[in-house]
Amino acid sequence: MFGFEETNPVKDDRPIYLNLFQYKWPLVAIASILHRVSGVGVFFGIGVLLFLLQASLESQSSFELVRSSFQSPGLKILIWLIVSGLIYHFVAGVKHLIMDWGFGEDLRSAHLASQATIAVATISSLLAGVWLW
Amino acid sequence: MVSSATNFSRSGLSDWLIQRASAVVLGLYVLVLGWVFVSSPSLEFAEWSLLFDGLSMKIGTSLALLALCAHSWIGMWTVATDYLTKSHFGRHGTSLRLSFLGFCIIVILVYLVWGFQIVWSK
Ligand code: HEM
Repeated sequence: MFGFEETNPVKDDRPIYLNLFQYKWPLVAIASILHRVSGVGVFFGIGVLLFLLQASLESQSSFELVRSSFQSPGLKILIWLIVSGLIYHFVAGVKHLIMDWGFGEDLRSAHLASQATIAVATISSLLAGVWLW
Repeated sequence: MVSSATNFSRSGLSDWLIQRASAVVLGLYVLVLGWVFVSSPSLEFAEWSLLFDGLSMKIGTSLALLALCAHSWIGMWTVATDYLTKSHFGRHGTSLRLSFLGFCIIVILVYLVWGFQIVWSK
């Protein structure tokens, strides 16, 4: 009809190759994928947190053991990563719920909300780091 | 309505609602715990232990654990259904996804039983 079928040399059942690294990732997309990554990370991190909760509640001495194990940089970094993931997932989750409610769905507000999410979560993670160290 | 054999409630709409409701429960719990840590930077065992002796904290933690199960199951299901597929992994996509989801179920059940044990054995 458009003279297209005859001239297009590409077979239409050709597999589509999408190289995600070629795309420019807009901030909104980065904020969104971080919500997903942090959700999966926190899911496995809960195991560590439950372990710490159990040990900290068992007895005075095991509480002290948990506290002194916080001195080890490896464990400290692991806990900070989990807590930061939780903070990010929480902040982005609240943004998500607000937008589900129908606020800020235009592009400009969405961009602003993503900026705010990343800013608030970064600052909170830094503060959590200060608390831990 | 489209239904699916492996998601949480067999309907996308109620999955969506359950994920939001459980997010609110988890969010409130995270805020409470966060407040405890921020308001007492040098937390001692006595204080910490007393907090988890209280009935309201036991119930709150139990509710958060239940919310965690629903929320993370729906969440992990969504993620697995997006990436662990035939179009990403060829003919092993389906078995890869189902194994991963089976693993998630085990992790979730361990969290649930273990968490309840921590909360209620005190
Ligand atoms: C505490 C443990 C938590 C875990 C393990 C967890 C895990 C997850 C996972 C794996 C997803 C799927 C991500 C996706 O589909 O892209 C998800 C989605 C979501 N989470 Fe969480 N989450 C937790 C807490 C929270 C909290 C505290 C909130 C909010 C205040 C929250 C809000 C949400 C929302 C709104 C979604 C839906 C995202 C969507 O539909 O795209 N989550 N969560």
